[in-house]
Amino acid sequence: MEILKMEKISLNLKGRQILKDLTLSVESNTIHSILGPNAAGKSSLAYVLIGCSDYIAQSGRVYFMGKDITNFPVYKRAKMGLTLAWQEPARFEGLTIKDYIAVGMKDKNNTLIEESLYRVLLDPKNYLNREVDKTLSGGERKRIELASVFAMMPKLAILDEPDSGIDILALDKIVNIITELKRQGTTIILITHREEVSEIADKSSLMCSGLIVKEGNPREVSKFFKERCIPCLTKIFPAEGNSKVKGGKVN
Amino acid sequence: MMQDYKLMLDAYAQAGGTPDIFKNSQIAHLVVHKNKVFGSNVVNGLVLKPRETESGVDIKLMVKKDIKIKNPVHLCFGVLPKVGIQEINFRAKIEEGAGVKVLAHCVFPNAVKVVHKMNAEIEIADSAYYEYDEVHFHGQIGGIEVIPRAKIKVGKNSRIITNFWLLKGRVGFLNLDYESEILDNSILEMTVKIYGYGDDRIKIREVGRLIGKSSRGLIKSRIAVKNNAQSEIINELIATAPDTRGHVDCVEIIQDNAQAKAIPIVSVTNELAKVTHEAAIGRVDKKQVQTLMAKGLDEEEAIDLLVSGMLK
Repeated sequence: MEILKMEKISLNLKGRQILKDLTLSVESNTIHSILGPNAAGKSSLAYVLIGCSDYIAQSGRVYFMGKDITNFPVYKRAKMGLTLAWQEPARFEGLTIKDYIAVGMKDKNNTLIEESLYRVLLDPKNYLNREVDKTLSGGERKRIELASVFAMMPKLAILDEPDSGIDILALDKIVNIITELKRQGTTIILITHREEVSEIADKSSLMCSGLIVKEGNPREVSKFFKERCIPCLTKIFPAEGNSKVKGGKVN
Repeated sequence: MMQDYKLMLDAYAQAGGTPDIFKNSQIAHLVVHKNKVFGSNVVNGLVLKPRETESGVDIKLMVKKDIKIKNPVHLCFGVLPKVGIQEINFRAKIEEGAGVKVLAHCVFPNAVKVVHKMNAEIEIADSAYYEYDEVHFHGQIGGIEVIPRAKIKVGKNSRIITNFWLLKGRVGFLNLDYESEILDNSILEMTVKIYGYGDDRIKIREVGRLIGKSSRGLIKSRIAVKNNAQSEIINELIATAPDTRGHVDCVEIIQDNAQAKAIPIVSVTNELAKVTHEAAIGRVDKKQVQTLMAKGLDEEEAIDLLVSGMLK
């Protein structure tokens, strides 16, 4: 069953076309990865989906659970069960992690808050009363964002590069957290530029220059990304080619 | 008088205080309504002497050498009628090795034309500790002028903390001016948190002079203004001694037609000293708002949560 559909979405920002007649369909209770290089339009896609006021599409429609939500503000979409874990989540002075996680919860119970922290491998004893501020590392902040998604129990969560800024050792843990979210019943749109992360998905879409250029089996899409996109990037950015592509992987 | 005392305690509770502490003999306190002392209590090692004057009260607070007062000393100042004046002259002396925390609640729930002035002189000897927290509770009319002045001298190896919170009710007109001098190895921390709205006017000047070797200073302001409120914050740290470190940190959030000005001044005349500053004024950060909206809060709820977090 289709939970989300984007139909012919076009987005222009400051005279530049970011998304070009983009159509995307996401099946319920799946992980759908959006793979692509930097500046492909992946995060813009996420902001259009969540309804950010600076990312209003010039044309096209967005449907969530069969309802046209194109003109809905962010909070109305969230109330329907659609949320976003940001690539670089904001910091909040004076707001404790406990209160931050509770914001999105319908039934604000402490047990669920603690459980959601355990799930992202953070000990509630050390984190509940800390503030969501600059004292948290980038990795800790990302985990707290995932914990808040857990506690919110949304129908659909867009995870914008949950793997970025995470060391290779922690990557497995992040992957486990994402699959655990799916097990909880949340459909996931997983935005990433790491093909090994994309491969945990049930379906994958490859984005480049505001277009979806390939869709289907995650392994096949990853293979295409490795064999076609990465060499293409080294042609476009020859000076950066060696640093961007090392051992067949985009750094 | 009993009726006024009861009303003072009600206002004190609304300001966040716990009236039961005035029944506890282990806790020093002083309750002043206009120029009348309604109640007081002292504990061992503490001198707390009020003297009623024509327009207010002169207060002497002293903590004797090496005495550390276990429980905070509670002060409650207020004017209950719509019109009135209260001038407090406050002299505090913390002797060598002594320490105390003072928690003052200032309550003006009905003010239409009320003036509250505080002139404080604080002297902290070597190896001593003094914390002064002032919490205000004002009514919704905004007819109040609050004019706190403090001159603070801190000896060696000591610590001073001042916190000023005006978060409940209208500010009215606030003109705060604190100056401090800090000697060797001592620490200064000054914080103000204020929420202004309507046509409130906020003027803050806090100055820290780090004149002793290895002294430290932090001056921090968190201000939120909305409607037609205006604020002007001057935070100044002057470092003249070697190995001193200081930081000025001012954040102001504005909404509607409010106006805010921040003037951080850092002055260093010793090459071994270092003072930094950061100041940010602006509307509420859009990404923060949208992050909270993505969790189901509408825009107004998200802004309220951000502002209350900043002022917490």
